[in-house]
Amino acid sequence: MSETARDGEFDDLLDAIADGEGYSLECPEGHGSLPPRRVCPECGARDLTETPLPAVGEIRTHTTISVPTPQFSEDAPYVTAIADFDGVGLTGVVRGIDPDEVEIGLTVGVTVGERETTGDRLVVFEPR
Amino acid sequence: MNARIAGVGLTRFGKFPERTSRDLFAEAGLAALDDAGVDPDDVDALCYGNFMGELAEHQGHQGPLMAEAVGLDVPATRFESACASSGAAVREAATAIAAGRADVVLVGGAERMTNVGTAAATDALAIAADDLYEIRAGLTFPGAYALMARSYFEQYGGSREDLAHVAVKNHDHALPNEYAQLRTEITVEDALEAPLIADPLGLYDSCPITDGASTLVLTSAEYADSHGLDAGVAVTGSGQGGDRMALQDRPTIPATPAADDAAAEAYADAGIGPDDVDAVEVHDCFTIAEVMALESLGFYERGEAITAAREGETHATGELPVNLSGGLKAKGHPVGATGVAQVVSLAKLLDGESSWSDDVSEATVGVAHNAGGTAASATVHVVEVVA
Repeated sequence: MSETARDGEFDDLLDAIADGEGYSLECPEGHGSLPPRRVCPECGARDLTETPLPAVGEIRTHTTISVPTPQFSEDAPYVTAIADFDGVGLTGVVRGIDPDEVEIGLTVGVTVGERETTGDRLVVFEPR
Repeated sequence: MNARIAGVGLTRFGKFPERTSRDLFAEAGLAALDDAGVDPDDVDALCYGNFMGELAEHQGHQGPLMAEAVGLDVPATRFESACASSGAAVREAATAIAAGRADVVLVGGAERMTNVGTAAATDALAIAADDLYEIRAGLTFPGAYALMARSYFEQYGGSREDLAHVAVKNHDHALPNEYAQLRTEITVEDALEAPLIADPLGLYDSCPITDGASTLVLTSAEYADSHGLDAGVAVTGSGQGGDRMALQDRPTIPATPAADDAAAEAYADAGIGPDDVDAVEVHDCFTIAEVMALESLGFYERGEAITAAREGETHATGELPVNLSGGLKAKGHPVGATGVAQVVSLAKLLDGESSWSDDVSEATVGVAHNAGGTAASATVHVVEVVA
């Protein structure tokens, strides 16, 4: 595992997701985003509040990556997907399902797993 | 905007792992200065595009290094906007001339990539994405475009076979281009049978990893006229757009609105519209990228450019030739050199000096589209015959 300084609010979010208490940031207009943020990227509002992530999301798109970066060499092939959690998008690796069975619209939960190659933490989606 | 193209320079694009970027840039830069016939002492500035110099050569601060390599002692700045780095450099150079801040600007780009090998180059290219939310989820550069391709198919239809036709066309266009990296004819079957890199994209949907450099000498109209330069082609419009960095944060995944905005600005600047365009160089780092670019540039409605190559509409013999140079796909993609190389290709075409000039002999208006990352950056330039 890489021994480096924590990445502030990003690692705080991963801690929370690992504890089953993931959250997003919401502005008064209802735009969702993920930390670290000081301002809503949609409308510029600065009063952002933490809102619980829904327990499940839906896969918007996915790909099976066969040629990885060196940091994922032992993980490949793996499925990286973008899932929508009630308007908040999150990118993660899909596990617990045959890659050929991953499809757009699949309902998934989110957890934190480990990269096989380096042991670093990563966002993991699992079918629910 | 009327920034005259007085000279152009290219190295061959290809795999030259032992050539330093300063040597690549010197070759292209000196070629452009010679082509322009300008006194090097008249050059006011260097605008230089480069993306991964720190990773490939452990070299930052490349602006002055490259100015020195071509024998210039001028203010020199490196522009980094991922794959749109030298598109951004063209924009700055043309804008400086339009604003009267400069009369002669050398603009170019260089990238050395193959010396680090495929795995490290894949790693380097990935950093155009959001490190925290995309790279750490295993996303690669091909992977990001694969996410867009699958989403495109889902939303608008289309198939791997449609994309294969884009690759076949661009390989065909590169055949007579002596500067191109991949001068081999391929078939739709070749493309479909090639290994997958990031499903649904395969090896032939992807541009190669390339070393190379490109340059332009841009001058004001007054300088070109008073010095009797052969500079009848000009950059007449420039636009740039931006978007959310990570795909996960975009309301529509299979679209590049940054390029929509860049195109609208460039067309307005030049006083033209899509119907006036005779030839296009678009940023086809992956086959699906060409499709989305043609939609952003207004040549097709959203969701309708997927069949353009299959129908022959974008071939040299079609209504709107796209990527006559071979595009990034076959000409090669030395990242920081690509945006300028696109303008070089159009300038040669409009000047009657391209191997395809006879096929598009009436061409007077070209458009260059350069995209960074998954088009969180995009530049569009209009190039026209003006004299």
